[in-house]
Amino acid sequence: MPDSRATATPDPRSGTDPGPDLAPGRGRRAVVAMSGGVDSSVTAALLVEAGYDVVGLTMQLYDQGQAVAGGRTCCAGQDIHDARRVADRLGIPHYVVDYEGAFRRDVMERFADSYVRGETPVPCVLCNQTVKFRDLLGAARDLGAEILATGHYVRRREAADGPALWRGRDSAKDQSYFLFATTRAHLAMLRFPLGDLTKDQTRALARRHGLAVAGKAESQDICFVPGGDYARVVERLRPGALDPGDIVDQAGRVLGRHDGIMHYTVGQRRGLGIGGTEAPLYVLQLRPGRREVVVGPREALARDRFALHGLNWLGPGTAPPETGIRAMVKIRNTFDPVPATVEVHADARARVTLETPAHGVAPGQACVLYEGERVLGGGWIAREGLSE
Amino acid sequence: MTGDLVYLDHNATAPLRPGAAEAMRAALAVVGNPSSVHGHGRRARRWIEDAREAVAALLAVPPAWVVFTGGGSEANGLALSGLGDGPRLCSAVEHDSVLRWVPEDGRLPVDALGVIDLEALGRALAKAPGPGLLSLMWANNETGVVQPVAEAAARARAAGWRVHCDAVQGPGRLSPLDMAALGVDLLSLSAHKLGGPAGVGALIVADGVTLAPLVRGGGQERGRRAGTENLVGIAGFGAAAEAVRAGGAAESARLAALRDRLEAGLRASCPVAAIHGAGAARLPNTTCVGLPDTAPTADIQVMRLDLAGVSVGAGSACSSGKVAPSHVLRAMGLTEAAARRALRFSLGWSSTPADVERVLAAWAALAP
Repeated sequence: MPDSRATATPDPRSGTDPGPDLAPGRGRRAVVAMSGGVDSSVTAALLVEAGYDVVGLTMQLYDQGQAVAGGRTCCAGQDIHDARRVADRLGIPHYVVDYEGAFRRDVMERFADSYVRGETPVPCVLCNQTVKFRDLLGAARDLGAEILATGHYVRRREAADGPALWRGRDSAKDQSYFLFATTRAHLAMLRFPLGDLTKDQTRALARRHGLAVAGKAESQDICFVPGGDYARVVERLRPGALDPGDIVDQAGRVLGRHDGIMHYTVGQRRGLGIGGTEAPLYVLQLRPGRREVVVGPREALARDRFALHGLNWLGPGTAPPETGIRAMVKIRNTFDPVPATVEVHADARARVTLETPAHGVAPGQACVLYEGERVLGGGWIAREGLSE
Repeated sequence: MTGDLVYLDHNATAPLRPGAAEAMRAALAVVGNPSSVHGHGRRARRWIEDAREAVAALLAVPPAWVVFTGGGSEANGLALSGLGDGPRLCSAVEHDSVLRWVPEDGRLPVDALGVIDLEALGRALAKAPGPGLLSLMWANNETGVVQPVAEAAARARAAGWRVHCDAVQGPGRLSPLDMAALGVDLLSLSAHKLGGPAGVGALIVADGVTLAPLVRGGGQERGRRAGTENLVGIAGFGAAAEAVRAGGAAESARLAALRDRLEAGLRASCPVAAIHGAGAARLPNTTCVGLPDTAPTADIQVMRLDLAGVSVGAGSACSSGKVAPSHVLRAMGLTEAAARRALRFSLGWSSTPADVERVLAAWAALAP
């Protein structure tokens, strides 16, 4: 793989991609975050091939038995086993790092609290921000590694003002939405060798390297919520948060009952359990204080202005221009970017105005800003400041 | 040792002694079930009984007291489960294979050096509804701290209790080994902690103790452990036990000298490091180093040393490889942060002065 960091600064708007930035390893130490899945396994194989002194680390994040059933199983089981067997196959040292405490505090509890506040959280971003790029990155540094590689489908490119984040070349696999909070300091040490590949290419590489995980199924759920029953996880972490309440319309008329606001997401249509109305009803708003779910017709979902907090800037310069910027934005992972204007305020806050109103702007989700393929940054959609 | 790699984790498992390997190779050629009446069976039986005598000699007990098991954890389980439903007491620093059998309120506190509180033992004995079983380890696997087993056993026995000692860390480190001097009824051994193979151990059961078996079936081991004997493993155990006995006090002194050099060197490069349990009676082979809270946690230190070719231990690793904060150090009053920053160096029969110097060189390069 050629070292292309010496090439000219890419113009993000042109979409011209200077190519992968994984330099030859020449025996330098690299840590690979190995989950036991096919992506991170291939990442490890590519680094070995590129000549790095590779060390595999697998994060122990939660007790699988405990997260689901409250039982106690000592060990996570299959995924750690798979990562270890891949490391054996590649002939690299492999270790498990225990981040159960940090994961519970920084990801699972914040996930639960977010639901209790009537939001729709994105725990994968929290995990990347905390255990992965704070703790694991620190461990990699402690182990003398120059880089930390992960199996994310995003591209990292050297731009004039430092490392930049680009969408994965395979738009179906692009994971940039979940990495908006990655800082430049993180990016300086991170590498994403799969950013230029498709999943099929990754699987082909896994087979070529003889990795037993080549055909392993994709994980679809939030890792600590197997089966998607997040209400059960929230109930375990925050008992009582499942209190039932009223389903009301925009005028405050009670239309029915619900068994906990966390079962609802803004923009959701199905599962309201209300019949007899002419037009289908959508969740417009969650009012945690009154335990109310507000529903209404689809038109009432349209929002064109909302506020962000926790803004992370990865665009040109060290901070976003005070005059505001125009960008393409995604308000959830599965959303085709739409044009918007972003006004930046102090304290990492911002106000977003969409050119055309969107349906299902949900507090707690991330709003990620793009310029072409480049990620300019992003922030969290606030509960306050949502246009009516 | 392999290349430049240094192995200083004998308390996890000791390398197989050459004599044990040789005995096992010979035993692999043995045909026959030791329970069979024919000549093949009798020849197999002879291997088992030779090993039984060697293990018995190590502890200066009659061979008939030796019950071979599938390892130290099984020996502990047999001792803790086999005496009926009476109350059970142990120290808070026992191995998990003992703790699992003892309720929380039966786990007696230790002092800051990790030594059992004999006054607390006295109170617990007085409060107990009736006589039961006290289980106290000879020496701790993480800190090497030696417990006052004889004293504790005398108190318990005076109250009509039975006493078990998990002695897996004793042989190959302490000398002399004498079960009678400990005054216990039951004593657990593990072959691989003393240079034999893993998967075989023994429970030494004194006369007059009736034990219900954990593994039921055939009448092997006088009805106390069913299942055809692990002949190859037992042969290795016997040979390793003989080698330990031959090493005697001279080996203990050799290990103590290596350990003293190691500790002096560790502290020279990192004067803020603490040595947990120093000040108590300790095994001559074990050093548990406490690093300051600013240092990376012990799991990272173990990885760093491993990447430098040095194998040491930290806390008790679960089979996933994650390292939990040591319950032993927590029981000694350390904070969780401190308990997560303890590294264990444990020497043994294969350790040399050159090993110690290599470890110190790696440590000096990495010391926090």
